[in-house]
Amino acid sequence: MTGVWAVLITTFLASAVEAIEMVTIVVGVGATRGWRSTLVGAASGFGVLAVVVVVLGAALSRVPIGPLRLIVGALLLTFGLQWFRKGIMRVAARGLAGIGGQDPHEAAEWTGPGMDWTAWFLAFKGVVLEGLEVAFIVVTFGAGANQLGVAVIGGVGAIIIVGGIGFALHQTVRRIPRSLLQLIVGVLLSTFGTFWAIEGLGIDWPGGDAAIPVLLGLYVVTALTYITLERNRALGLRPVA
Amino acid sequence: MPPPFSWIVAVVKFLYEFIVGDDWTVAAAVFIGLIMSAILNVNHVVAWWLIPVIVVVMLGVSLRRASNRFR
Repeated sequence: MTGVWAVLITTFLASAVEAIEMVTIVVGVGATRGWRSTLVGAASGFGVLAVVVVVLGAALSRVPIGPLRLIVGALLLTFGLQWFRKGIMRVAARGLAGIGGQDPHEAAEWTGPGMDWTAWFLAFKGVVLEGLEVAFIVVTFGAGANQLGVAVIGGVGAIIIVGGIGFALHQTVRRIPRSLLQLIVGVLLSTFGTFWAIEGLGIDWPGGDAAIPVLLGLYVVTALTYITLERNRALGLRPVA
Repeated sequence: MPPPFSWIVAVVKFLYEFIVGDDWTVAAAVFIGLIMSAILNVNHVVAWWLIPVIVVVMLGVSLRRASNRFR
């Protein structure tokens, strides 16, 4: 069985990656157009995400653990490889830089009465679009490890912490090294995705659960190797064939 | 395209972008790798090593393709 800490750390980091973008959008909209409509929009978005987590979680809890691990493992591996590859490319190109730049939404401040629907929609869209990936990771990872509650705590905890930083120190959240976090989560999802998909096929890993840190080590070395190769290629130190 | 069909197409497109992303060959390699692993296992051949090898190789292939696209 996958440990509580592995589930907590993976879902926390995955959630933090998307929460950075989410909080940047919400804080940007709130600071420029006003907070009331923005926070209502963000709360509506979290409501939609909660429904997604409950419905998807209930559906997955009915699937037997063997086929579930094959399906969840294959999905997490395919999805995790996207973040793995993007993380390598971004860390190779930008190092540990945050997302930087200007706030994404610089709309005029809302001064009218009632609800500002533009602010509501921007905040709602930001939370739902950025949060869907988190919901997917939390539910599939939690179901695969048979620890959905722990996975939800990890996901919600990251959003609360990143959200708190974002509201307290608007610009600090933009300096969190999102590319590095994305790479770490990509490596973790690929590791557990590989482990569960193979287990789901009824294939035994040598050493059982001890294979997880070995897989993790292999993928970390792979990431470091490809980052070095990408940097050398970008600097023209190694010609492309 | 009338609404019910256009909605289905939109959902399928979204799921494809979400799971598979911009390089379908990686997803295809994982899918084929899992089938090959199952076949090896049924024939009592050790199969746990195949997916990690596919992950390492396909990451390199996909990165190289993406790098060349941006050059």
